[in-house]
Amino acid sequence: MSKVMTMKEAVARFVRDGDLVVMEGFTHLIPFAAGHEIIRQRKKNLTLARLTPDLIYDQLIAAGCVAKMIFSWAGNPGVGPLHAFRRAVEQGIPQPLAIEEYTHFGMVQRFSAGAANLPFLPTRNYPGTDLTKVNPAFKTIRSPYTDEELWCVPAIRPDVTVVHAQRADADGNTQVWGLYGVQKEAAFASRRVIITVEEVVESSVIRSDPNRTIIPGAIVSAVVHEPFGAHPSFVQGAYDRDNDFYVKWDAISRDPGGLQGYLDEWVHGLPGRKAYIEKMGPRFEGLRADRQMCAPVNYGF
Amino acid sequence: MADYTTSELMVSRAAKELKNGDVVFVGIGVPSLAVNLAYRMHAPEICMIYESGAVGCVPTRLPISIGDPCLVTGSLAVVPMYDVFNLYLQNGLIDVGFLGGAQVDRFGNINSTVIGAYGKPKVRLPGSGGACEIATLAKRVVITIANSKRTLPEKVDFITSPGYLRGGRERERLGLKGGPELVITDMGVYRFDDETREMVLVSVHPGLTERTIQENIGWKVKVAKDLSETPPPSPEEIRIIRTELDPRGIFLRSKAS
Repeated sequence: MSKVMTMKEAVARFVRDGDLVVMEGFTHLIPFAAGHEIIRQRKKNLTLARLTPDLIYDQLIAAGCVAKMIFSWAGNPGVGPLHAFRRAVEQGIPQPLAIEEYTHFGMVQRFSAGAANLPFLPTRNYPGTDLTKVNPAFKTIRSPYTDEELWCVPAIRPDVTVVHAQRADADGNTQVWGLYGVQKEAAFASRRVIITVEEVVESSVIRSDPNRTIIPGAIVSAVVHEPFGAHPSFVQGAYDRDNDFYVKWDAISRDPGGLQGYLDEWVHGLPGRKAYIEKMGPRFEGLRADRQMCAPVNYGF
Repeated sequence: MADYTTSELMVSRAAKELKNGDVVFVGIGVPSLAVNLAYRMHAPEICMIYESGAVGCVPTRLPISIGDPCLVTGSLAVVPMYDVFNLYLQNGLIDVGFLGGAQVDRFGNINSTVIGAYGKPKVRLPGSGGACEIATLAKRVVITIANSKRTLPEKVDFITSPGYLRGGRERERLGLKGGPELVITDMGVYRFDDETREMVLVSVHPGLTERTIQENIGWKVKVAKDLSETPPPSPEEIRIIRTELDPRGIFLRSKAS
């Protein structure tokens, strides 16, 4: 069954006000096009979870979509702080932002527990840190097999997870290569899954290389064909990270007015990602990836 | 003045701390440059792991972030983050982790969460990321940070990543192994006393004195009996840093002396 639809339709149908929303991607494959559509549709009171909120959640916070953020590292990687996040936490601008804070390992365990339908997962991490003092969700458990006490984190079950990927078929069988992040676990933990892809392919393409499939169509609600949907993040084999934009974001977001100007021009002022790439113009061509093909493998028997 | 920058000296000193064959959890900036310098100088069998999941990286350009696509191309493996933290780090495969932060205290505890009170922050910092688990689960930790009263207070505002906590055997009593072994700043190098676990100044960078250090740290720091001068980077190290590792001066040019 084809689940292919437009970004507008997918976000309207599967992202609701008040949802716990996850748009994962560790530097790689961050679903910016979906984030922009959520801003355009003016979704409200969202709880956002992500290891690294990155620019995408900074934009959603500035747009007034977010009531709470669950995270482990809130910065602009390699550049500096996330200014909209800091304004919300330090000054309540544009509205107060509740935070629930873990570490990368803790967030990975939370998604993994949710994906496996477990209430929690233990780790050997966390003795000595003050994080367990400010977040009551950290709890300890005595191992029933050894004489050890371990810190635990609770499962997370998002309402909706958005994953951007290189390719999927119309049913949502999704293939990723390059950095995996925690997208597979987030998708399996989630009630609804939106897949956005560079390319929608025939199922025969997926079946020609089944080891590369990380998300099965069975858990997918919608498939959106959205080329360049991860910019300014990157897609291995398609386009490079726009590091210059990450640097520019520091200046754009430092001032609330400048940030609103960006949202007006590049999000509200455009109908979708196609117009965004056209507006970028020839600069985008410089980001296209070189070809580096892998050695073929034999799936025969 | 010799022809090298303080940052180049820090990179060179950090590189010397790495042994051939070490499995290293790499961060961006000085750590990344240090590991790549060690790889080209004395440690060709070093294994670089980035928390993004790239293992055995051979970056052909300077990675701008820990998730740079150049870390994937040609690497030995790309693994999910579940594997990075469970199968590699928690399983005890990581020899060395590099950490930085906004504050490091007398016992090597690191704050990258908040300045001021957690619930009412003066400055909200990025948070742990993977730092807390690297500090608890890597066998050795090397810290790089600026040397000032602000960045090296006697006690951090918030322990994001545990060092030796309040000193002595407190870290061991909580079941943690490892711990910080070296702190490299823009002024000197510190190790940790085996008994008290407090920072001890072991070398001062060329041109600086012990007095400069005492004026730029938040407590009266102990000084090693055999206090030495930090060895400057060799001409070959400087050549590699400038022509191969950071030719555009992205990380190091801004601090040139």
